[in-house]
Amino acid sequence: MEIIESYGLILMVMAIVFGLYMTWGIGANDVANAMGTSVGSGAITVKQAIIIAAIFEFAGAFIAGGNVTKTIRKGIIDPSSIVNNPEILVFGMLAALLAAAIWLMVASSRGWPVSTTHSIVGAVIGFAMVGIGIDAVEWGKVSMIAASWVVSPLLGGTIAFLLMMSIRRLILNTENPFQSAKRWGPAYIFLVGFVISLVTLFKGLKHLNIELTAGMSFVVAALFGIVLAAIGWYLINQVKVDPDADRDFHFASVEKVFTPMMIFTACAMAFAHGSNDVANGIGPLAAVVSIVQSGGEVSQKAALPLWILALGGIGIVVGLATMGYRVMKTIGSGITQLTPSRGYCATLAAAATVVLASRTGLPVSTTHIAVGAVIGVGLARGVGAIDLRVIGGIVVSWVVTLPIGGALAAIIFFTLKGMFT
Amino acid sequence: MSSTNPFKSLLGKSPFTALQGHMRVVLECVHEVPPLFDALSRGDNDGVKSAKDRIFEREAEADRIKNELRNHLPKSLFMPVDRRDLLEVLQMQDSIADTAQDIAGLLVERPMDLPEFMQEPMLALTHRCVDVCEMSAKIIEELDELLAMGFRGREATRVEEMVGELNKIEDETDELGLELARRLFQHEDEIKPVSVIMWYQLIQWVGDLADYAEKVGDRLRLLIAR
Repeated sequence: MEIIESYGLILMVMAIVFGLYMTWGIGANDVANAMGTSVGSGAITVKQAIIIAAIFEFAGAFIAGGNVTKTIRKGIIDPSSIVNNPEILVFGMLAALLAAAIWLMVASSRGWPVSTTHSIVGAVIGFAMVGIGIDAVEWGKVSMIAASWVVSPLLGGTIAFLLMMSIRRLILNTENPFQSAKRWGPAYIFLVGFVISLVTLFKGLKHLNIELTAGMSFVVAALFGIVLAAIGWYLINQVKVDPDADRDFHFASVEKVFTPMMIFTACAMAFAHGSNDVANGIGPLAAVVSIVQSGGEVSQKAALPLWILALGGIGIVVGLATMGYRVMKTIGSGITQLTPSRGYCATLAAAATVVLASRTGLPVSTTHIAVGAVIGVGLARGVGAIDLRVIGGIVVSWVVTLPIGGALAAIIFFTLKGMFT
Repeated sequence: MSSTNPFKSLLGKSPFTALQGHMRVVLECVHEVPPLFDALSRGDNDGVKSAKDRIFEREAEADRIKNELRNHLPKSLFMPVDRRDLLEVLQMQDSIADTAQDIAGLLVERPMDLPEFMQEPMLALTHRCVDVCEMSAKIIEELDELLAMGFRGREATRVEEMVGELNKIEDETDELGLELARRLFQHEDEIKPVSVIMWYQLIQWVGDLADYAEKVGDRLRLLIAR
């Protein structure tokens, strides 16, 4: 207890610095992947992506980032055995943050496809096993999280596959695909607004003192979807047939209809990413703040303070502004295989899956889900070639990241413990 | 910090784009065959030579694209079509350019006069064979649309119809070739026996241009039908 009392302020400042550093890293590296399908398809420019990401990453973190933060903060570790030594949990969370941040820096400087989520979860588990004991890990919850890492890309892929099939049926395989695209475009935009807001609203805004019943959530989400569809309808109506481009590729004008639609999915994706990945940075931070402010209460009964969510959002935006531009530019040259219609399917599917995971409090990897969604489009025979070696890389990064994150966290934990006691 | 974007590695180059690029070069190569016979009928040796050079140059380019595509088609690629079917289409396209090269090579290595009685039908046959190649190239250009549609639906039907049309004009070239061979045999005593054999061979080869072009369409149909 004495440690918390005498070093409380220092520990909190350290947590804020590490947390900000972690969210800065997420903004610098991770966001580029989240926006990858939007920028890669050429539907939005790098500049537009930055602006969209800045607004919607923050919104996602602030509005819907609470549940995953709760999981990282107190869902993975059972602290009942260390009620008399709350400093252990504080050191552990600091160690987890620093370990994940260091590992991510090393990995991204080498271009390895490492997930922030896996790093932080691995780090928290690693510290808990070594610092408290194997029984202190909530293995039930952890296996659920691990299962979600397999299920979520599959779900993203399935949704993308179904979306692609529906676009073929309703738009491409018709007498006049351009007219069909204009007719159905607003409906597809409605879908974006409706799905994302329904998942978010449904019992999800308690921390903002907004509580909607199931019916009300439904109505508000539908209204939100209709407003978006109306804006989309206006944008789509500006699109004109381009007979020259159509001669070369008959669906060129149809793809042009999907370009304004991609703006909405890009927003949804940034929102989804913010809502899930902000927790990787601020989850441990929230734990430290809660313990220190309560004077050593490990059960962390206090609600998540809003300023922490805001801080996470700001960290992401700063990362985006300082480094994200450069990282995003690497995909700005365009991925020709990803046309706007394919990008739309993959992005919406990924965004919906991530938001669903955020709502459930499961920390997932946005990048892996987006990769799954792109493969889903490919399984609909919609992409010329997909290099499945990427999946191998992802699996390897999984297997490597968890133990390394854990080991690093354990080392840093003992260092911190030695420094303060 | 360097970053390899997972989407960039996931979605490399489309093999269909390369296949179309290859077919465009093959078509450019074939387009030099009529000038070759034009020059020959005028007795313009320099013209023959320069047409041959252009054919050889285009054929080399087609080979380069072919090898590059083959080398960048690892088994780990997931494609909407069978890998073997795709390579078969490529092989057939390449055979068109190879045949054009054979024709040009023979005409330069063994200088021959185009006999008066063969001039008009020979040029007609050549042009018609080029038409078949053009039709086949047009079908290959539909691959983007096929891909957008997942190789089904209206677009698949459309391509089926185009292949039907391809088969029809190829039949015409068979007729023209037979007719020409018949005329050659009627006049076989007027020219040297070896030349008769050589001309018969050339008629076959010109016909092969259309044959391979037809096979491109047929293989593509298999590709769709998977």
